[in-house]
Amino acid sequence: MFQVPVAIPTFPKLPARALGVVPLGPISMALSAFAKQVARRHPALFRRLGDHAHARFILDPTDLPLVMRLEPNGGAPRVTLLRHPDGGPDGGPDGGPDGRDARIAGPLAALLGLVHGAFDGDALFFSRDLLIEGDTGAVLALRNAIDDAELDLAAELGAISGPLRQPLERLIALAEGATGVALSRHEEEFA
Amino acid sequence: MEIVCPAGTPAALRAAVKAGAHTVYCGFNDETNARNFPGLNFDRAEMREGIRFAHDHGSKVLIAINTFPRAGAEGIWHDAVSDAASAGADAVILADPGLLAFAMQNHPDLRRHLSVQAAAANSDVINFYARCFDVKRVVLPRVLSVAEIAAINDQTKVETEVFVFGGLCVMAEGRCSLSSYATGLSPNMNGVCSPASHVDYHDEGDTLAVRLGGYTIHRAKPGEPAPYPTLCKGCFATQDQKGYLFEDPVSLNAEQLIPQLKKAGVTALKIEGRQRSRSYVAQVVRNFRDAVDALEEGRELPAGMLARLSEGQAETTGAYRKIWR
Repeated sequence: MFQVPVAIPTFPKLPARALGVVPLGPISMALSAFAKQVARRHPALFRRLGDHAHARFILDPTDLPLVMRLEPNGGAPRVTLLRHPDGGPDGGPDGGPDGRDARIAGPLAALLGLVHGAFDGDALFFSRDLLIEGDTGAVLALRNAIDDAELDLAAELGAISGPLRQPLERLIALAEGATGVALSRHEEEFA
Repeated sequence: MEIVCPAGTPAALRAAVKAGAHTVYCGFNDETNARNFPGLNFDRAEMREGIRFAHDHGSKVLIAINTFPRAGAEGIWHDAVSDAASAGADAVILADPGLLAFAMQNHPDLRRHLSVQAAAANSDVINFYARCFDVKRVVLPRVLSVAEIAAINDQTKVETEVFVFGGLCVMAEGRCSLSSYATGLSPNMNGVCSPASHVDYHDEGDTLAVRLGGYTIHRAKPGEPAPYPTLCKGCFATQDQKGYLFEDPVSLNAEQLIPQLKKAGVTALKIEGRQRSRSYVAQVVRNFRDAVDALEEGRELPAGMLARLSEGQAETTGAYRKIWR
């Protein structure tokens, strides 16, 4: 099991600023395609969302200048990147987030750690490393569905990388070691 | 001593088993269990598969069917008991006397445990349940001291199971109506205390406010832990004081009391937290399994490392030492 760090790493400021000027449309398309791949491999994740399979989630990495709007669409997910703060959590223009959404905000490392089972969501919430707003039921459903899915985003990425799979996995392992961020799922073997 | 561990999802069940749980408890994804939260619990197929996995690794599975059947809808609870039996559960955890009678009459070989929701807090009532429904184990309410638990064990042959880690309820369990008062839904009838659909967290800039059913029940200042969304742990102002009028928002950790609990005749140690992640389950189970193994082998108990996982980020030994407010 990945060790829970006392302090959660934050994304370096300079690269974060650079993300403020990259074109978001192509990245959103790539992320949507990736999410659809995850949906195909983990259909139970969307079943577990139940009544919240058509909710809208704003995943807000507070150390980045953008937020991610995730629409599960009952198993045909769509991901849209939006800039912060003009697409801010309390109502932005041009189809940005509004009060109907369920918002989960915290450092990127915390959000990735939740996906990979390195952190406990309640512990991060009570320590205020994580903030939730909006539809609390939808947030709970998403948290529980993702926790049960035992996702490994590095493995999912590797599965669509063809011959680049092994170098990519090595690169991710190196980045994980250097940053302390849970970029993949770690699990102890059964003894 | 037996460690009884929570599992809100199949992944959490596997994590608990791999971390060394002797026994795992879980529930179906409906109103028959007291943790009926969005995205949580097991459908029938997941339950059968989870039980198979646990048994293959030498662990037992208990199924909590511990809410109180609604008049006219008893069939939902009857089906849950029958499905638990056919899935191969090692026991069911029940609270309602009518459901206990149904289980005894229709599935006599299915072991019956008395849920904490039944609030059985003395040997007379425990022996009554044993006599009438052949209950083999009782989960004791979190209102008893170690001495009181020892007194109960002196007067009954029913196994006792006590909570050692996790959230605390201040009320006699199974009889709390606070959640109903604010939301119309309760753990007793609907399986939800402070249902998520009625909880609203709001970032007010320098404070984090939580509302339950439209009532603001706490505002946390910067640096304070996020507020817990139940009325019993809310912070209120009255005529002469302001504070946690029902219960401090602390979490139970009786890890260091395990030797005394063993001496008091306790059979099983229960960890609360079916609503928590597989990460929590793995860490807490591993910690308590180490502690129990140390006790059995005559070693010193390992130091606890679980404070960060506690609700409210603060711990208490609860009623066991009678210092919990």
